[in-house]
Amino acid sequence: MANVIRRQTPAARLGRGLLYGVLILAALFYILPLVVMLMTSVKPLSEISAGSLLSFPQNPTFAPWTKAWGEACTGMRCDGVGGYFWNSFAIVIPAVLISTTIGALNGYALTKWRFKGSELVFALMLFGCFIPFQVVLLPMAQTLGWLGISSSRAGLILVHVVFGIAFTTLFFRNFYVGIPNELVSAAKLDGAGFFRIFWRILLPVSAPIIVVSVIWQFTQIWNDFLFGVAFSAHNTQPVTVALNNLVNTSTGVREYNVDMAAAMIAALPTLVVYVLAGKYFVRGLTAGSVKG
Amino acid sequence: MRDSLPMKNTSATPLGAGAKRSTPSGGLQAWLPRLVLAPSVAISLFFVYGFMLWTFVLSLTSSRMLPSYDFVGFGQYSRLMANERWWVASTNLMIFGVLFVLICLVIGSLLAILLDQKIRQEGALRTIYLYPMALSFIVTGVVWKWLLNPQLGIQAMVQGWGFESFRFDWITNPDMAIYTLVIAAVWQASGFVMALFLAGLRGIDDSIVKAAQLDGASLPRIYWRVVMPCLRPVVFSAVMILAHIAIKSFDLVVALTGGGPGYATDLPATFMYAHAFTRAQIGLGSASAMLMLGGVLAILIPYLYSELRSRKHG
Amino acid sequence: MAALEIHNVRKEFGSERVLKDVSISIDSGEFLILVGPSGCGKSTLMNAIAGLEPVTSGNIYIDGEDVTWRTPADRDIAMVFQSYALYPSMTVRQNISFGLEMRKVPKAEREAAVERVADLLQITHLLERKPAQLSGGQRQRVAMGRALAREPKVYLFDEPLSNLDAKLRVDMRTEIKKLHQRLGTTIVYVTHDQVEAMTLADCIAVMRDGHILQLGSPDEVYNNPVDMFVAGFMGSPSMNFIRASLENNNGGYQLRIATPGEDELVLPWPEERIAADMAERLNQPVILGLRPEHFSEEDERLTSQAEGTLLSASVAVVEPTGADILLRLPLGEQEVTARVGPKCAVAAGERLALRVDMGRAILFDAETEQRIA
Ligand SMILES: Nc1ncnc2c1ncn2[C@@H]1O[C@H](COP(=O)(O)OP(=O)(O)O)[C@@H](O)[C@H]1O
Ligand SMILES: [Mg+2]
Repeated sequence: MANVIRRQTPAARLGRGLLYGVLILAALFYILPLVVMLMTSVKPLSEISAGSLLSFPQNPTFAPWTKAWGEACTGMRCDGVGGYFWNSFAIVIPAVLISTTIGALNGYALTKWRFKGSELVFALMLFGCFIPFQVVLLPMAQTLGWLGISSSRAGLILVHVVFGIAFTTLFFRNFYVGIPNELVSAAKLDGAGFFRIFWRILLPVSAPIIVVSVIWQFTQIWNDFLFGVAFSAHNTQPVTVALNNLVNTSTGVREYNVDMAAAMIAALPTLVVYVLAGKYFVRGLTAGSVKG
Repeated sequence: MRDSLPMKNTSATPLGAGAKRSTPSGGLQAWLPRLVLAPSVAISLFFVYGFMLWTFVLSLTSSRMLPSYDFVGFGQYSRLMANERWWVASTNLMIFGVLFVLICLVIGSLLAILLDQKIRQEGALRTIYLYPMALSFIVTGVVWKWLLNPQLGIQAMVQGWGFESFRFDWITNPDMAIYTLVIAAVWQASGFVMALFLAGLRGIDDSIVKAAQLDGASLPRIYWRVVMPCLRPVVFSAVMILAHIAIKSFDLVVALTGGGPGYATDLPATFMYAHAFTRAQIGLGSASAMLMLGGVLAILIPYLYSELRSRKHG
Repeated sequence: MAALEIHNVRKEFGSERVLKDVSISIDSGEFLILVGPSGCGKSTLMNAIAGLEPVTSGNIYIDGEDVTWRTPADRDIAMVFQSYALYPSMTVRQNISFGLEMRKVPKAEREAAVERVADLLQITHLLERKPAQLSGGQRQRVAMGRALAREPKVYLFDEPLSNLDAKLRVDMRTEIKKLHQRLGTTIVYVTHDQVEAMTLADCIAVMRDGHILQLGSPDEVYNNPVDMFVAGFMGSPSMNFIRASLENNNGGYQLRIATPGEDELVLPWPEERIAADMAERLNQPVILGLRPEHFSEEDERLTSQAEGTLLSASVAVVEPTGADILLRLPLGEQEVTARVGPKCAVAAGERLALRVDMGRAILFDAETEQRIA
């Protein structure tokens, strides 16, 4: 779409110029908040109140970052967001690995070993992608209490796995549907069983969807706030909750540069993932949301 | 061989002896797929369906600080209906949802069409348009709170340029604060809609457009009359996803306005959280959660219905 | 002993009955071809034999053992799929040895088997490649190699050549035939290409709607079809079906073909081919089946010896195929195809005298489409 032949008339050139103008303006709209955030995070406080939003930092300083990382107050405690940053990793990594593994096995069983009712099982699980999480918050809080893991990282990992497998199952199911069933038939005749076929035949070709699933789960869980705020204690909070606390802690002067540095810290991992694997990120977004 | 079959008298298994077995397989292997799926099914039944039911039960009780099980029928729902703050939250969701969805669609489709004109640096532009989607709503909220701050943000900057009378203090104005949510949410999600539309445009058969060109249609007209109708499913999915994001919006409100000024920017999601977790109104909070679920279902069911129908026909 | 025996097998998908009482038995070393239109249940039958789909009822025996409820792995069967189904992440070598590895064959033996098969199929130079780096024909060979490596009791081929282009298909067909002759393997082979069926088979099973209509040697199926479907399905161009009515002719029979507004057209039925129940059908409509090669052009040099009935018709279309010429001619109310020698110099519109070999003609019931004589 776009094999439009154009003659280079002056009017066409003007149109082209306008086109680029609009596109660049739009790009500014999206990029400026990030630029402002970054610039503010390296300005001393004095420069912020004196200068304007877009003014370039005169005396760039890394102090707000170190303060945000190790000293800023998040609620009662004043030890920065650094610890919570690692908290997030400690929650995200197991949750991503577990939910992706389960999703891959589910997708495999649902597409390559169909049985009576397997479509129903899928529909049943798919619904988990759509519910508003408010509807599970209260029972979840109580269940975590019974299990003795409320306010713990294990509890948060459990929550993210439980509500992540609907998505990972969806990803892997839709991917494996496109893999010919004859491959599995051939492997069965060759004498391979359920797990062996998965391990030797399916898994080696699953790299693209594993990347999509890992990236999707990583961003979702890293960016989560609702579960984090509802099911964590001050020492198990993920970084999003700590950031929100930091920004809303009203002791003394508002240090906007520290706020912005903390926001940058919270945003960096997902931004890095996005920049490194943008293609898979987009694929996850569209796959996770468009196709049922 | 040929037509007549030698009747087997050796190894004569009674007919249908194995017919009860559902698949020719040795014991465990046949059950492995089901065994593998069983934990997920159990999880889904308990943590999704069970919890939904549980929340519904709670919404029928007078629970406050702790869940209690003395039933008051639909009392919490009538309390909710009489609660002014709930109505503010619901109205806000309507305003926020409609504007958010519409503006995202317009911006997203426009950017997609413009990007589809063989643009140099298309990849870089696309990356810029889409990156906010990788951020947490909390980060988005923190940034926009700063940008929208009248003393230090955009208003101060424009005033600093010499436009002394410039006002952009929506975030502190109870009547306008809800629109700041729209701005931040559109900033975050419109690039995603662009990506959806762009994928849709790239999927359209070139020859349709060529045929329309041969018919003498102008470019805008081709887009409006030929291309956009092909993208109906994309629009449909986009609306679906955006509406879903809108209903679930919680973090953005918390980070950007905290529901304020007052409770001017409350949404059902924040209402529910506030009542269930900080105001010791578990019964009322559950009732509001159930209504949110109802809202999602009202969007989801027609969507799934049409998806299934088009798949059957297609 | 029968290498493979299928006994009253039925298969239902929900309420859809896909296999309806299929019984077949083939001997060790025999080459059975299943033919039939698409959707008639050929692949379903193959999957049932392989154990990939459970049967609804009936039994399957391999080498006399009831394997109906055994796993695919326990049946000692190899299958070549239409899509080849090569494991994409493995090299050709790994593809071929995978089945042996699963059966815990020692490494040295596996290597030997790979070498043997690669040699047999001339794919030794491809062993380290991945399937994606192979051409269609090469993939086909590897798929066969994978089946051959294990030396199973029965081989199943499900339309193995239909993804190849025409030239390659003919080559591979010959090669498969050679392999079979050399190795003496038991093969069940699905195709919808009736040339493939005729050239490869020891025995052909013609299927339709989940039934086996006829099971017999290629010659039987071609020359003595049990009904109009089999007659029409085998042979290309397919058999001509001509509406006629059966009449008495001095104690014998003759067939009258309706020719409105033209000379009457009557073909006498050979006396030695009269069947018992023809008498009941006197003056009733029947269908006369004539293959294109049952016609031949009247040639003066042959006139004296040639048998058959003479008729004359005007040629509508001439289609030279190179080896011979196909003629389309109106005969009564229908058009028939005749195959004549490549030397026949006839142009469209001309009249031509043709000889019909009634000794090989076949008579069908117009209603049941079953063979009468
Ligand atoms: N897994 C299945 N579920 C339902 N119907 C099936 C299934 N597999 C095959 N069928 C049906 O069985 C019939 C025979 O299919 P198949 O054996 O593949 O035919 P073919 O002779 O072309 O190989 C078809 O009508 C098909 O729709
Ligand atoms: Mg088939």
